[in-house]
Amino acid sequence: MTMKENKLVHWFKYASPQSFYPLAGKMIPWFWALTAAFGVAGLWISFFVAPTDAQQGEGYRIIFIHVPTSWMSMFIYIVMAGWAGLGLALNTRLSGMMAQALAPTGALMAFLSLWTGAFWGKPMWGTWWVWDARLTSELILFFLYLGFIALQAAIDDARRADKAGAILALVGVVNVPIIYFSVKWWNTLHQGSSVSLTKSPAMAMTMLWGMLLMALCLWMYSIAVTLMRARAIILEREAHTEWVKVLDEVKS
Amino acid sequence: MNAIFAIIRRDLLLAMRRKSEVLTAVFFFVIVVSLFPLGIGPEPALLRKIAPGVLWVAALLATMLGLQRMFAPDHHDGTLEQMVLSPTPLGLLVGGKIAAHWLLSGLPLVLLAPVLGLQFGLDADALGVLMLALLLGTPLLSLIGAIGAALTLGLRGGGVLLSLLVLPLYVPALIFGAGAVEAHISGLGAAGHLSLLAALLALAVFFAPWATTAALRIALE
Repeated sequence: MTMKENKLVHWFKYASPQSFYPLAGKMIPWFWALTAAFGVAGLWISFFVAPTDAQQGEGYRIIFIHVPTSWMSMFIYIVMAGWAGLGLALNTRLSGMMAQALAPTGALMAFLSLWTGAFWGKPMWGTWWVWDARLTSELILFFLYLGFIALQAAIDDARRADKAGAILALVGVVNVPIIYFSVKWWNTLHQGSSVSLTKSPAMAMTMLWGMLLMALCLWMYSIAVTLMRARAIILEREAHTEWVKVLDEVKS
Repeated sequence: MNAIFAIIRRDLLLAMRRKSEVLTAVFFFVIVVSLFPLGIGPEPALLRKIAPGVLWVAALLATMLGLQRMFAPDHHDGTLEQMVLSPTPLGLLVGGKIAAHWLLSGLPLVLLAPVLGLQFGLDADALGVLMLALLLGTPLLSLIGAIGAALTLGLRGGGVLLSLLVLPLYVPALIFGAGAVEAHISGLGAAGHLSLLAALLALAVFFAPWATTAALRIALE
């Protein structure tokens, strides 16, 4: 047996909920630690190191949370669709569980992105909401997450829920770029965009670092929370199995 | 091909025997569109401005009404399982059902839209663009809607859930459809919007029956 085959076997082992459950349990504290480390560093830079913006004052600091949540909301949708596709192609149970576990975090990120965007928009643009291409497509992304969660919640049979959700996630991921560009053209064709994020002065290096660290923090947070949720889903769905019944946390 | 036409004929025949369901969606379209001037006011300039958007949003909602009927009755009486088992590829049969749905719920909207557009003071050219946009756009709505209808087949609260799944996916059709008319009115020309709408339709004709078929197989498992 070559090295490569060995590795393949090794990876597929963790596709079974039984072996994934303890692995996830071991990984969760590490991801929480990384979350805390990146979070402290990112918040320190964003509050103490990054200078006050000449035009926007202190209020601009909200972008240190706003931009990373927007990134994560889009990224998580793609990862979710990836798990969903994997689940459909290989018929692995864990993939569906991961997709299901990712969805609430993605929806939370999209919601936070919209909310912090409104808080940023009020002092900067003088309005809570503009029908800007990014805001609108973020809102529709939020709706797509809600649809995914609602569909999974409506189906009692877990396997059918996984597969139906997978198809919806894949249809959604094809549509996200179409929606983004259509909203963008809609916006530019209708009304001259009154505000532009891209035309703002070049971003200072420290600001970029702050955003990157916060993005890493939220990334690690998303992984940690998703793994915890996946563990809970595994316990729920595998409650009838022998290995779950002998777990310490279940017995006590 | 014969199988497609047989399915279309069958669905049309069934709908003709129970006309009320089809007519309800059409009247819904007319009523929703007529409500807007009552809510907003009879100012002609304003009505002309909102007409494309109002007609398109009403078309989206009216299409939604018929979506659940696409597979649910066949699922209920077991016809759908026979279709899955038949030697004809399920994708073709699903294509026939989508075509029938469009003939029953999309085509009437295309034909009615100019009459309603007149109430909003659109001129003849704009009405032509509106019809063309709806002609390209309503099949798109049926195709995307079929995926949602298959995914929610046999679920409790399926109707509301269906709208939650499908309406966000309708956004591009709405933007380009209503945008075509507005671009025409403002003198920009509707060709770009209509081309994009046609491109989306081509994409959906290819992928939607396939995704619908996959969703139906999951629902029947």
